[in-house]
Amino acid sequence: MRIAVLTDIHANREAFEAVIADLEGRDIGRIAILGDVVGYGPDPAWCVRRVQALRETGAICLRGNHDNAAAGAEESMSQNARKAMDWTRGQLDPGAKAFLGDLPLTVTEGEVQYVHASADAPGEWNYVRSDTRALPSFRASAARIILCGHVHVPLLVSCERSGQVRAQSFRSGLPVPLIRSRRWLAVIGAVGQPRDGHAQAGYAILDRDRDELTFRRVAYDVARTAEKIRAAGLPEALAQRLMAGE
Amino acid sequence: MLRPHEGLVIDGFTLGAQLHKGGFATIWDVTHPEITMPMVMKVPTILDGDDGPTIVGFEVEQMIMPRLSGPHVPRVLGSGDFDVMPYIVTERIEGESFLKTFARAPLPLSDLIEIMARMVQAVADLHRQQVIHLDLKPENFLQRPSGEMVLVDYGLSRHELLPDLLAEEFQIPMGTYPFIAPEQYLRCRDDPRSDIFALGAMTYVLATGAFPFGRPEKLSGVRRRLWRDPVPPRALRPELPEWLQEIILKALEVDPLRRTQTAAQMAFDLANPGQVKLTDRARRLKRDSLLTVFDRWRVVRRLKKFTLPETLREPRPSVPIIVVAVDLSPEGEKLADQLRGQVRRMLATEPDARIACVNVIKTARIGIDQMTDASGTHLHVARLVALRQWGEGIDLPEERLTFTVLEGSDPGQAIIDHAAANHVDHIVMGARGHSTTRRYLGSVSAQVVAEAHCSVTVIRRPENRDEAGQEARTS
Repeated sequence: MRIAVLTDIHANREAFEAVIADLEGRDIGRIAILGDVVGYGPDPAWCVRRVQALRETGAICLRGNHDNAAAGAEESMSQNARKAMDWTRGQLDPGAKAFLGDLPLTVTEGEVQYVHASADAPGEWNYVRSDTRALPSFRASAARIILCGHVHVPLLVSCERSGQVRAQSFRSGLPVPLIRSRRWLAVIGAVGQPRDGHAQAGYAILDRDRDELTFRRVAYDVARTAEKIRAAGLPEALAQRLMAGE
Repeated sequence: MLRPHEGLVIDGFTLGAQLHKGGFATIWDVTHPEITMPMVMKVPTILDGDDGPTIVGFEVEQMIMPRLSGPHVPRVLGSGDFDVMPYIVTERIEGESFLKTFARAPLPLSDLIEIMARMVQAVADLHRQQVIHLDLKPENFLQRPSGEMVLVDYGLSRHELLPDLLAEEFQIPMGTYPFIAPEQYLRCRDDPRSDIFALGAMTYVLATGAFPFGRPEKLSGVRRRLWRDPVPPRALRPELPEWLQEIILKALEVDPLRRTQTAAQMAFDLANPGQVKLTDRARRLKRDSLLTVFDRWRVVRRLKKFTLPETLREPRPSVPIIVVAVDLSPEGEKLADQLRGQVRRMLATEPDARIACVNVIKTARIGIDQMTDASGTHLHVARLVALRQWGEGIDLPEERLTFTVLEGSDPGQAIIDHAAANHVDHIVMGARGHSTTRRYLGSVSAQVVAEAHCSVTVIRRPENRDEAGQEARTS
C-alpha cells in the first residue's frame, strides 16, 4: 500500500490541486492529511470542502493549530497569521468550522503514527526542527514510523536501537529506505506554504510494502495564489513569502 | 534475539552447517522448501545490544544489497530483522575467494591481466549502479563458474542516492589498511576513485607479490601513503611491461584527481594495453628521493580533504567513453568532417570524455580467419594508420584518444560487442545514403541503434535537395 502524505495545505487551492493531480498514476491507496488545511491562504472554504470529500472516501485527516483556531480556539500566532485567521473565520460556514474542530490530533495505524506537530504532545504544537527535537516524539510514541508536519521544512530523522537520533539526507523524488532496524520520524514539507527556499508544493509518499519514503515537490501556479492573497486584502508579506518559498 | 545454530528454522529458511566464522559475522548453509538454488545466510555477530559498528554495517548491507542487480553481485533472497534475528540470505557463489590466489602472487602476467580485468569489470558494474564499495580486498571477490567476479560484503559501502548511515557514525577511518585510499584515511566516503586505488593496490600485489604500502596494523602506518610513494613494480620484477606499471601507479596516485578516473577506464586500459599512454610513471625504477618525499609531507600533513573535480561534484560522476565508428570507405569520407564536428561538440559538453575511434575490417562470413596471413596484417596496420590520420582533427591529449581496428564478419555486431565489452556510454557513427541493398538487408547504423546497450548518435549527410526530390517522385 502506498500512502500519500499531505500537510499544511494552508488554503492554497492551486498547490493542493497540483499535488492531487500529481498523485495520478502513482498507485496511491490512501491519503493522509496531517492538518492545517486553512490559514494564510486565500481559499479556505474550497480547501475544507475538498478535504471533507477526501475524508468521506477514507482519507486520514488531522487537526492542526490553524484548523483549531479557525474552529474558534485561541492560538498564539504571528501578526500576519492572526490577520489571515480573522479573515479565514469570516470565510468559513459553521459546518466547515465544526468539521475542522472535530478532527483528531493524531492517528496511529499499525506501526505508523500520524500527527500534525509532535508525537509527545500533539496539542502543544511543538516544532520538530532538528534530530534532537525529534527525541521526545520517539520516547513518547511506540510507532516505528512517525509522520508529522507543522514546520513546513522537510526533515528525516532515524533513531537507532541505542536511542541515538540522527538526521538523514534525502533527495526529492528518490525513495529513502526506512530500514526496519531503526525507527523513523519524517517532517513532511508543506503543500501550501513551503519554507525551505523552494516555491514548489511539498508532500511525500510512504510505501508500506517496500518500507520507503519519497519526498516529492510539485510546481504549481504560485503567482495566481499570490494574486488571490492580494485580492482578498490579506497581508502582502504572505504573497511574497509564497513566491520565495520562505 | 535468536542465535543462529544448525537446524534453526527462520522465515522458512533452515540453517545447515556453519561455513565460515569471521570477526563480525557467521556464514551458514541454508535451504528453503520453495527455493532450489544454493544459498548462504550471513548473520552478524552481535555481542551485546550496543555493538555499533557491526549493527550499522549490517544495516548498510540490508539497505544496499537488495537494490543491486546483475552478475557481479550476489542475489538477495531474504533478510531478517533485529527484533528476531538479523540476517541476509543470498545465492551461494561456488568457489573460493581470491585470498588464495593472492597468496600465490606474483602471478604470470597473463593470469594477472585476466584476473584484474574481471575484478575491474565487477567494480565498474557496481559503480554504474551508483555504489562505491570502499572495502575492496581479495577476500571480497568470488568467482562464478561462468567466470564473472562477484563482489561481496557491502558493510562499508556507499550508495550515492541513499542516506549514508556510516557518515558520522565513527571517528576512525574504515577499510582494510593495505588497500585503503588516502582520501578514505581523511574520512571521505563519496569518491568512487577510492575503489580505483584499492584495485591499483591489488594489481600491485598480484604483479609483485609485495604490498605497495606494506601491511600496516596502525592508522599511522596508513597515513604514510599520503606522502610516501610505493617502490615501482618494475624495480621488484623487471620483466613487467611498462604499460602495466603505468596502470598500477596511476591507480595509486595520492590525489584522486591524478588517478585513473573510472573503473570503466581502467578496464579499457587493461583490455587495450597498446593504447595506454606511457608517462614517467611507466619508466620509474626508484622511489622518489627523500627530499621530494619531505616536500610532499610538508604539503599534505595539514591536508583535510582533496578537491573534487567539476564532474564529480555533480550528483552523478561520470567520465564517459564515446566510441566513434569510422567508415574509411569513400562514401564514409563524405561524412568525416560532420562526424568530427559532432565529436568536438560532444567534447564541449563532456570535457572529460574519452574518445575511442574504431574501424571494422569485414572478414569472410564463413570459416578461416584470413587475417592471420601477411596481407591481413598489412591491412590491419594500414587501417590503423588511416584511422589515426582520420582522428588528427580531434584535439585531445593522446591518453584520451584511442584507435582500434576490429575484425568481424558482421561489422554492426563487432561495434556492438566492442561497446559492451568496454563499457562504452555513447556510440557516434555515420549513416550511409539510401540504396536498394540497404533497404532490404538493413544498414549497419540501424543495427547498432537497435541493439547497442548505450546511446547511439547517427550522423547523416544532408541530402542533396534535387536527389531527394528525385527519390520522392520515383518512390
